[in-house]
Amino acid sequence: MSSDQTLAFETNCHIFDGCGFPAPGLHSFKFEPLFSVGGFDFNKPMLLALLGTVAIVWFFWAAFGRAKVVPGKLQMVGEAGYDFVRRGIVYEALGKKEGEKYVPLMVSIFFFVWVMNLWSVIPVAQFPVTSIIAYPAGMAAIVYILWMSLTFRKHGLVGGFKNITGYDKSLGAVLPLAMTIEFFSNVLVRPFTHAVRLFANMFAGHLLIVMFTVASWYLLNGVGIAYAGVSFVMTIVMTAFELFIQAVQAYVFVLLACTYIQGALAEHH
Amino acid sequence: MNALVYLAQEAEEQSPLVPPVPELVIGLIAFAIVFFFLAKKLLPNINRVLEERREAIEGGMEKAEATQAEAQQVLEDYRAQLADARHEAARLRQEAQEQGAALIAEMRAEGQRQREEIIAAGHSQIEADRKQAAQTLRQDVGRLATDLAGRIVGESLEDVARQSRTIDRFLDELDHKASTAADGSKAEAGR
Repeated sequence: MSSDQTLAFETNCHIFDGCGFPAPGLHSFKFEPLFSVGGFDFNKPMLLALLGTVAIVWFFWAAFGRAKVVPGKLQMVGEAGYDFVRRGIVYEALGKKEGEKYVPLMVSIFFFVWVMNLWSVIPVAQFPVTSIIAYPAGMAAIVYILWMSLTFRKHGLVGGFKNITGYDKSLGAVLPLAMTIEFFSNVLVRPFTHAVRLFANMFAGHLLIVMFTVASWYLLNGVGIAYAGVSFVMTIVMTAFELFIQAVQAYVFVLLACTYIQGALAEHH
Repeated sequence: MNALVYLAQEAEEQSPLVPPVPELVIGLIAFAIVFFFLAKKLLPNINRVLEERREAIEGGMEKAEATQAEAQQVLEDYRAQLADARHEAARLRQEAQEQGAALIAEMRAEGQRQREEIIAAGHSQIEADRKQAAQTLRQDVGRLATDLAGRIVGESLEDVARQSRTIDRFLDELDHKASTAADGSKAEAGR
């Protein structure tokens, strides 16, 4: 493989050179292994995931490791983030009493997802880890296992099943159909959409940024330079937009997780 | 271009929606590390501090409330004391007035008494003087009258007893006349 791989497109290709537009695509999300250990390929998203982990732990260690009653700057920032998830999401969805024990999980998920998203706009890294389906899927699986087990632990086997399928006698003849749909929607589709919503957003966002970046380079020839300028501006705009989307998606992911748990703990579906 | 073709082929091999297992494992491990540190150490840490801060703030508020209550108490005490003092002052004034009035009345009574005493003393003095004067006068008048009568008659009236009886009778007559005249004038004044 050539060194072009690290940039995800051909570097010596411009418009009017008889060279087609090297459109980004699925291949933009495939990486050559940085190194391999006994058949295990260690690639760039993995490196970013681990670096992100270190960054999160380092930040919260610095902020909360020696927390003081009168906070320093870093602690203040950490507290703001912590409070945002705790009060803004968990308490809102689950209430203070029920929600308290899920706060650590939700805070972890929020910052993990957000930092993994954030890699998208950090120079040199410039790749959202969450645009690889495995990472959102892992998070979604944790949440799925949690709320499923909560459902059955709280309502028992039959009650849990009723809770999941939205059992309601007043529906009468439609009940079997409604239960079937609810079962599919909750048990099969929900974890999938939970993971894919985050994945697809970051995937599309990265694709857009790469597209405009590649186009800016590709158009850099003759009259194409004007278009290259527009494309470059779009790259900046999309990067700013991505910053917003990254935070929103992290928020939505955690909010949905809380909503699922809330549904599992609710007396009646 | 070869690279692109290769990558395109590889992309076709695996759908982007099928999670590759190594990535899944790395993702879960990474998340587990984050969760471990946050849930076990850092979030309990900050919760403890937040609780401490909440207590400190509430403690401060309680302290402020206590101080305010104390200030209120002091103010009330002060007001009560002031009212007491005013009351006391009014009472003292009242008492002083009463005492003054009593003193004046007493002094007036004393003055009255002294005046009456003086008057009485004067009266008795006058009475005594008058009596003495009357006594002396009676003797002198008697003697003078006797001397005079003796000279006129040319002989001395040797019989002292008769002499004094005669004088007394004369004087009694005079007295009688005087008292009748005084009664008459008194009756006149009364009418």
